[in-house]
Amino acid sequence: MKGQRFVREVLESKQRILAISFVVGAIFLLLMLRLWHLQILNAEDYRSMSENNRLRFVPVAASRGAIMDRSGKVLVSNRPSFSLAVIPQEVKDKDALIARLSKLLGLDESDLVDRWEKSKGRAKYYPIVLASNISRDQVEIIEGNRLRLPGVEIEMKPVREYSSKNLAAHLLGYIGEVSEDELTRKGFEDYNPGDYIGKNGVERSHETDLHGNDGGRQLEVDARGRVLRTLSETYPTVGNSLVLTIDSAVQKKAEQAFGDQAGAAVALDVNSGEVLAFVSNPAFDPALFSGKLPADTWKAYLGDKRHPLENKALTGQYPPGSTYKIITALAGLEEGVVNDHSSVVCTGSYEMGNSTFRCWNKHGHGTVSLRRSLKDSCDVYYYQLGEKLGVDRIAKMADRFRLGSALGIGLLNEKNGLIPTSEWKKKRFGKRWFAGETLPVAIGQGYVLMTPIQMASMIATVANEGTVYRPHLVKRIVDTDGKSLKEFGPEIIAKTNVSSANFRKVKQGLFDVVNAAGGTGANARLGDVKVAGKTGTSQVVKLSEDRKKSLPYQYKDHALFVAFAPYDKPEIAVAVVVEHGGGGGAAAAPIAARILRAYFDGKKPVSKASGRNKAETDDEEVDDPAKPNIPPANVKATND
Amino acid sequence: MIDRRLLTNIDWILAGLVVTICLLGILNIYSATTPYKIVGSPYYIKQLYWMLVGMFVALVACTIDYHLLEDFSYWLYGFLVLLLLAVLVVGRRSMGATRWLHLGFFNVQPSELMKIVIIVTFARFFSNYQSVGGLSIKDMFFPLGILIVPAVLIMKQPDLGTAVLVIMIAVSMMVYRGMRWTTIVSFTLVTIPMAWLGWSYFLRPYQKNRILDFIDPERSRLGSGYHIIQSKIAVGSGGLIGKGFVKGTQSQLRFLPEQHTDFAFSVFAEEWGFIGCLILILLYLSLVLWGLNIARRCNDLFGSLLALGITAMLFWHIVINMGMVIGLFPVVGVPLPFFSYGGTSMITSMVGIGLLQNISMRRFMF
Repeated sequence: MKGQRFVREVLESKQRILAISFVVGAIFLLLMLRLWHLQILNAEDYRSMSENNRLRFVPVAASRGAIMDRSGKVLVSNRPSFSLAVIPQEVKDKDALIARLSKLLGLDESDLVDRWEKSKGRAKYYPIVLASNISRDQVEIIEGNRLRLPGVEIEMKPVREYSSKNLAAHLLGYIGEVSEDELTRKGFEDYNPGDYIGKNGVERSHETDLHGNDGGRQLEVDARGRVLRTLSETYPTVGNSLVLTIDSAVQKKAEQAFGDQAGAAVALDVNSGEVLAFVSNPAFDPALFSGKLPADTWKAYLGDKRHPLENKALTGQYPPGSTYKIITALAGLEEGVVNDHSSVVCTGSYEMGNSTFRCWNKHGHGTVSLRRSLKDSCDVYYYQLGEKLGVDRIAKMADRFRLGSALGIGLLNEKNGLIPTSEWKKKRFGKRWFAGETLPVAIGQGYVLMTPIQMASMIATVANEGTVYRPHLVKRIVDTDGKSLKEFGPEIIAKTNVSSANFRKVKQGLFDVVNAAGGTGANARLGDVKVAGKTGTSQVVKLSEDRKKSLPYQYKDHALFVAFAPYDKPEIAVAVVVEHGGGGGAAAAPIAARILRAYFDGKKPVSKASGRNKAETDDEEVDDPAKPNIPPANVKATND
Repeated sequence: MIDRRLLTNIDWILAGLVVTICLLGILNIYSATTPYKIVGSPYYIKQLYWMLVGMFVALVACTIDYHLLEDFSYWLYGFLVLLLLAVLVVGRRSMGATRWLHLGFFNVQPSELMKIVIIVTFARFFSNYQSVGGLSIKDMFFPLGILIVPAVLIMKQPDLGTAVLVIMIAVSMMVYRGMRWTTIVSFTLVTIPMAWLGWSYFLRPYQKNRILDFIDPERSRLGSGYHIIQSKIAVGSGGLIGKGFVKGTQSQLRFLPEQHTDFAFSVFAEEWGFIGCLILILLYLSLVLWGLNIARRCNDLFGSLLALGITAMLFWHIVINMGMVIGLFPVVGVPLPFFSYGGTSMITSMVGIGLLQNISMRRFMF
């Protein structure tokens, strides 16, 4: 055996084990003696030291970054607010203190108890926030009763201030106290109960940029709370600010244009994907969410059938209706199924198998070319085209536009929409696709769903002839000194590879929609700027025209309009959805016209300056009635 | 792989001591982390997982005949030195020191593995080296060379605690193997200027501060001196019977630094008092003496040296950690084996226990 080679050494070594054991025992004895010294001989001294051992933490909240529009106009900033906090280690009788606070300040007792319980598990010298955003009167009451309220502190914290009230509420989002659920999630390790955090909108998606880091001082105090020394001090770092791509003047006009109607609008820069306006109407007051939301306001929001809390531009999924004919038309052209010479005769309906598919115009459109099919929005033309193409070839074109999946605008819960294919139906319902189902799809009904963002992206892609940009809301992130930290430029997410010639053919049709006599989108005319667009009406329920007039609100059709301008050198694309608004030409096109008008007004050197001043100074600004968005007399409301 | 005879020879005393200490540790971690804000599974549950993983690793370490290690020891050594070099070059920074090597699927801390490998390498060297009347100065050149390379690399990371441990383990093994008096004297004479050189050129300012803080805690009441003071208050205020489970004010109010890892013993001492500490220390003492006993009983020199090295590793961890907590040694980041929270320490210590078990089980086979 290897081991037995040096027997003498082995024995020698083993004899040392005894000596080593003694050394080990001696060292352990030393440890025990030291413990004896600390825990028995000096226990009293150390015990009293541990009882007098008091730390206190004085937090200094970081200011959240501001949010500005593209021109630097501040939309969200901060103002100071006071909150009521308590330092648990300095409170002897918790129940009595809570009762006293609730009586003095008129606060709900169970609320205070709840918040106290929630902060359990933190060091006892950390203040617990019991009530945020208390009034100056309440601050004075606390100051006046200081001696009777041991352990109570008033903290100053910055809170959100929205200089333009409800403007772009869904886009900005609001902040609120971090929830218990969030606190247990990954990525929230640095948050404490009572901290504020972005709940949705860009406040949420850019939480880490905006938040900043809270600072504070760790103090050593004696048993009576007197500060002995500062143990550590960290300064708060202010959060970074966001410069949005939004043009607040356009945003404001767009919101005003909706009036009381529910709906959404998205305006994009055709050549970069920058979002110029992002409307979901009606809006809510984000400032209310930062404090404790009054119960009746909350109820009113929930009870409103127009759903003010829902971000319709992001999560609303609508059948695109006739706006989808753009996709069907391009599919037909690219697949060589139609060209600009072929035509179809519309008699007001189309028979397939033993079903009848009706055109919106029951009298029929007569002989219809591609260009006229867009102008008049002839359904029969697209029934026939759809039948020839089949659902998968339409879906292929939609896919080239990146429809059917979220575009990644950078907000939570963006919806995917839905572009049906035969494979999708097989998966979803386990049934094969029937040819008859393609016909509604060809006119944007049936299974097809798109979000307002997708509609805007679609028309922007038509305008720039084939480049799909990622729509984005944030232009840059800047630090407190205004130095740019990160820029968000155009990001191309797809190219349609549709020939320019085919785009032109469709664009001519879209031009006619707005500008030719009898076009369905005549309400979108601007006069000095040439607009092109497409109307759409998406059915909520399938009924005959006559019965629709008397329908209750929630069953009325959605009105849609997508447009871009100027026609020759497009800059802006816009999509408008008016929920239960009726016909697209009548309800949605005028709103699109006012958004485009606001954009082009802002570009004029003279009105730009005046427009900006206006936006900064007043909120009751009245829309200029002289702007030419007067609809021609011959356009009927149901024209689509 | 493992034959029936071995199973009947399982060292239940060794296994029982380790499991008892682990369970006490988990109980203590539960208390130490109650004031923490926990994201994900609580520390004591994770420690329980580490203990189970560790026991599995120990099982693997005791099934393979340890003589295989003898054949591979120099290769292992070379590989580990390369890993330590890699850490210095590409290792990621964590906690201000570069100790980890990220291998994609898992992370390794080569300095931790080095503790085991230096034991194996030294055991290999000394078991094949004949020296009459103890090791002479000349006999020291090769083992010192083997020791200095990794020690310097680890100190460079910088990880003073581990470097000191590696040196202490090696010295313990040399003492066991036997040194001549002349060697011991000249060794000491060389160490003094070396220490001076190390102080001047190798130690980082924070390491020097820790040593100075230890000598005079009042020197920086807010820095690491603050930790020593708070830890002493915690231990001392525990008194004879302690403040009770989850009732230690020093730990529950979070005056203690790293109270679930390096200062776990401080929490235990506060809550269980002198009696609790005595029990824990006696458990550790039994573990170390039993380790020495395994070294004594082993019939081959390699196994005996291996057992002694592992026992020395555990011993120095225990002494340095406890000494730090009760203010006998400066603050160096050395965990208490099986007791402090942490996977790396648990695995390394369990590998050691597996090897001890291995040696203990095979003692009748020669």
